[in-house]
Amino acid sequence: MGKILSLAGYLAVKEVWRNRGRFLLVSLVIALITLLVLFIAALGEGLGNGNREYISKLDGQLLVYQAKSENLIAASRLSRDRLASIRRVDGVADAGMLGTASATLILPEEPLKVAILGIEPGHVGEPPALEGRQLSTDLADEVIIDSNTAYRTNLQVGDTLTLRTTQGTKDEFFTLQVVGISDGQQYSLQPSIFLPFNTWDRVRPKSEAEVNLSNPVANVVIVKLADPEQSEVVQQRINAQVNNVEAATLKQAIQALPGYSAQQSTLNTQGGFTLFIGILVIGGFFQIQILQKVAQIGVLKAIGAANPVVAWASVIQIIVVTIIGVAIGGLLTFVFSLTFPPTVPIVFNGTTSALALVALLLIGPLGGLVSIRYATRIEPLKALGLSS
Amino acid sequence: MNTNTNGKYALETKGVSKIYQTDFGTINAVDEVSLNVAAGEFVALVGPSGSGKTTMLSMLAALLQPSNGQILLDGSDLAAMNDKERVSMRREKIGFTFQANNLVPYLSAVENVELMLRLNNRLDKAGKLRSRELLARLGLGERLHNLPGQMSGGQQQRVAIARALIHNPSLVLADEPTASLDTERAYQVVETFAGLIHEQQRAGIMVTHDLRMCEYVDRVLMMQDGKLVKIYSTRDEIMQLVRGGRE
Repeated sequence: MGKILSLAGYLAVKEVWRNRGRFLLVSLVIALITLLVLFIAALGEGLGNGNREYISKLDGQLLVYQAKSENLIAASRLSRDRLASIRRVDGVADAGMLGTASATLILPEEPLKVAILGIEPGHVGEPPALEGRQLSTDLADEVIIDSNTAYRTNLQVGDTLTLRTTQGTKDEFFTLQVVGISDGQQYSLQPSIFLPFNTWDRVRPKSEAEVNLSNPVANVVIVKLADPEQSEVVQQRINAQVNNVEAATLKQAIQALPGYSAQQSTLNTQGGFTLFIGILVIGGFFQIQILQKVAQIGVLKAIGAANPVVAWASVIQIIVVTIIGVAIGGLLTFVFSLTFPPTVPIVFNGTTSALALVALLLIGPLGGLVSIRYATRIEPLKALGLSS
Repeated sequence: MNTNTNGKYALETKGVSKIYQTDFGTINAVDEVSLNVAAGEFVALVGPSGSGKTTMLSMLAALLQPSNGQILLDGSDLAAMNDKERVSMRREKIGFTFQANNLVPYLSAVENVELMLRLNNRLDKAGKLRSRELLARLGLGERLHNLPGQMSGGQQQRVAIARALIHNPSLVLADEPTASLDTERAYQVVETFAGLIHEQQRAGIMVTHDLRMCEYVDRVLMMQDGKLVKIYSTRDEIMQLVRGGRE
């Protein structure tokens, strides 16, 4: 086998090198496909991340919704008495309210739409502040902003910010102090600002009917388990012991985020089709190439080159061309990614990019399968015009 | 110039036939042909189009399995071998030059010659030196690193001759080696080929339709309708045939 591979490698590399213009051309096509696939993967990751970042980074394991809300956070309403009941369920270590809404952050240049998330200081749901400190009390006029908000506003710990929301029919302005900055915690593709729950309830947009009511209602309750391995058992326990709620794992909760699944499947399909087109392009190129060198392969076989040598030479050639193409494509993607503003939801996640790269490396050999099979079937007699 | 003095032949065929079944009936492309070629003997296989000479050459080259008969090369019967064994025979015991498309286009002249040694896992320092010397003897000392596309048809044929001989095969076959050359080049190529076959004691067979090229061979075998119909063995007979070709 070593002898075959060494001879096949010699022939493959010589051919690629002596026809480098032609092979570079197909490598560039693969590079463009790589660029496209990596960007689609990064866009998928970026959009998905923008949607799920806060939920996926939670220190809890379950989200509890109002029954029949179909795991839609915005459609769920839970009052404080439910929180108390959930905390009493065996296996629950901690539980915290989560209220979600949008607001406008007033900035000197252009206002910024942000997600305002009401959480209970000291309980699950409050993101760790990487700079500054955690929120102090449930009523404090304080916020923790996520790194996305900090990046886009230049706000720092100790600064004050102004949020504008609609209260009934009027726009109201709320001035709050930034006490901490967390890592990236986007929610609903918006940068996030975390408020103590009661402060959030005061700030959040309200209808006319709600303006004078003071009965804070959360959207969901985040649950942290004593033993994270027991999530299924505790989930069933909550559903059975607490009235009018349904618990979901974080994975279920993420899948139920509005548009999340549809968005991800659309982008995955696009990525899949791009890979498929790549297979066809590479397959077509190598098939044409084999057709052009039937006589040459015939000579090789006539002078004693065995079929495995011919086949491996093609495989090695395809692998070399694919690796060069993917490397150029990866480099191009990296260079382009540096030019994108942070507002473009593109995230190069190691695992996703690695998977895309592996898929890209496989499209070459897959695309070349037909041509390799064709090469091994070339009859030297016919190829050299010796057949009667 | 038959140097076979001990009565043993490098190549011997016994009643070799190739029969094709077609919609129009049975065709005997080669019909019961028995011939022999000694080491150091250069033989021409001639005949009109469709006489079966190319089919015969393909069988001798282990590229085509005969329907009947034996082809003994150094005592081993090619007709009884499987595909893998025939590939080995082509690589180790046979040298081949074709009409055209002889060389691997992305290998230089010397790399094309060395390829035979690589295929046989025998490319060492001495082999590399021999490849260069052989090409130099063929007048290609200045063209060692030229690609086939940078050489004339005659130069390419000479590279193919070097490739056919470099691995010391028992049998060297040439299929119309002068078909794409002008007369002067053709004479040069065949003369060189004959010289090397005699010198290196190989059994050589050249298929040609150009009787003038028989000037340099030791025997001429004429085929017609798949049969071996006449053998020209003496110098006079051969030269008479050559003169007929010139006219």
